Amino acid sequence: MRIGTLKESYTADAALFDSTTQKTWLCAGAALLVLLPFVASDYWLYLACLVAINVASATGLNILTGYTGLVSLGQAAFMGLGAYTVAILQMRVGTPFLVNIFAGGAVAMLGGVIVGIPSLRVKGLYLAIATIAASFITHFLFANSKFTGGTTGLSLPPATLFGLPLDTSFRLYWVIVPIMLLMVLGAANLFRTRVGRAFIAIRDRDISAEVLGIPLLRYKLLSFGLSSFYAGVAGGLWAYFFRVVTPESFPLLMSIFFLAAIIVGGMGSILGGILGAVFMTLVPELLKLVFDILPGGTEMTVLLSPVRMVVFGMLIVGFLVFEPHGLAEVWRRVRRFFHLWPFRN
Amino acid sequence: MDWAYLFEISLTGVAGGGLYALAALAFVLVYKATRVVNIAIGEMLMIGAYIFFSFAATFALPIWLAALAAVLGTGALGAVIERTMIRPLLGQPPISVFMVTVGLASILIGLVEIIWTADQRRLPEFLPNTPVMIGDAFLAPKVAYGSLLALALIALVLLLFRFWRGGVALRATASDQGAAYMMGINVPRVFSLAWVASGMIAAVAGIVVGAIGGISSSMGVFGLSVLVVVIVGGLDSVLGALVGGLFIGLIEALAGAFLGAEYKLLATFVMLVVVLMIRPYGLSGTHEIERL
Repeated sequence: MRIGTLKESYTADAALFDSTTQKTWLCAGAALLVLLPFVASDYWLYLACLVAINVASATGLNILTGYTGLVSLGQAAFMGLGAYTVAILQMRVGTPFLVNIFAGGAVAMLGGVIVGIPSLRVKGLYLAIATIAASFITHFLFANSKFTGGTTGLSLPPATLFGLPLDTSFRLYWVIVPIMLLMVLGAANLFRTRVGRAFIAIRDRDISAEVLGIPLLRYKLLSFGLSSFYAGVAGGLWAYFFRVVTPESFPLLMSIFFLAAIIVGGMGSILGGILGAVFMTLVPELLKLVFDILPGGTEMTVLLSPVRMVVFGMLIVGFLVFEPHGLAEVWRRVRRFFHLWPFRN
Repeated sequence: MDWAYLFEISLTGVAGGGLYALAALAFVLVYKATRVVNIAIGEMLMIGAYIFFSFAATFALPIWLAALAAVLGTGALGAVIERTMIRPLLGQPPISVFMVTVGLASILIGLVEIIWTADQRRLPEFLPNTPVMIGDAFLAPKVAYGSLLALALIALVLLLFRFWRGGVALRATASDQGAAYMMGINVPRVFSLAWVASGMIAAVAGIVVGAIGGISSSMGVFGLSVLVVVIVGGLDSVLGALVGGLFIGLIEALAGAFLGAEYKLLATFVMLVVVLMIRPYGLSGTHEIERL
């Protein structure tokens, strides 16, 4: 709780941004996001787009896992559904960019609802493993259907928006980042509504939630649907960003990546989802930079991918053992320190 | 329909299923005692196989000594995992512990690639090479002897469970932790024991799997099928693990023979979804009753 923010009405209490300090920081962040493409190099812009896509997808998974308490290892599969829908629409039908993205989200949502059906009968780890099944089944469909181009996949032309082809990271940035921000804002707002609060009730104790009159099946499916809608949109953006979609683009490891991102960031916190996705996307790149600096040449580069695997696993284990509430909690601690800073620490 | 062919395929499937049953036993052991879903079971298999490879091929030790080293090494690994990763998370939500094992899987794969590189390796031959004929059906010798080895080990483990003091302590802890504490059983030590035993069994399973199909850093995929086996059988049921193992082995072999190799994993996972929908707690798992 911040000092000096007196709340005099329920509206003020439920407001999304409640203090001037917070608003100032958000404005500064927004300004930074606007300025970034003009100062950053192509490589960093590429990373920024990738981070934005991952943030969107991780936020979606956070709705499902962090807020509704349903563990899913199918996020990559839903992204794949979105990406393939976008690719097929773009290549075979030629519908406009935003329609494709939305359709990608809708198809993924449908997939999510179907995968969510077992969630009424099974929960916890059984459910997590059932979603692994979903990821294998979608992989099989992608790899063996004529429609999806088999194992070679599909490569799509750049999208056009208002007559401009979106073919550079700079141009894509202006599409991907606003969409991502809209999605994150939507998720943050969701938990101020009836539906969002129902999700939280289900997470805390699903049987109690049912006793309170929350229809479990409907809300669990809704949560699955929303989460995979986010994944589908993120997958659609992914397809436009990389412009090649293959069955191998969305492996189980990617689902694990997103789950790891929200764990490292902090489950059940929008900020956590963002921090986690940013952190987990940037750590492998940082490792690459470190490896570039280290002497040893090609022998060392062979080690890069296994070292990434080890670091990835260590981050998951380390955060769970030492910092179970994730980066969001670290951030909160830092903030608290500065609230009272020079007077008490 | 060629009945002889069907018989041969089924036989191979059941024999392969013996290995699933063994690996599933390693999994169920940990789950029963500590309620931890160890998704890294495939990777523990892999570590066992690689330690065996190091001792048998690189240091050229006799096979039995190398196998012993692999079993002990993986058992020690199990103990280390339990002390450093699982013990600190006692009492945390099961999802956290589950994710720790996911992280562990990633660490183990990375370590294997750093130490032994990502190349596919072949284990030295140690299983007899004479073809096995059952009636008219031919069974690949490695698969046949491998599954015999697996079945022998399963029998040994079951006997240990039944009669050895530690095994009884393990079963007591599994059925009621509080009561086990009151009877003077050192429950944390039973947890360690379960992980050590699980590691040892996984090492044997890994050596046999590696002997049949070679070893590589992606061997952990075997663990996914094992996961399906234990879910189908019921997470906390030894009998379920055995039956489930044979069943999934059979399904995989049939799908592979009649539909094509790419249908193998699909068939197992479709089976998983079907079982989850009909019997969410598996074929013979405990049906948990939830209370408020």
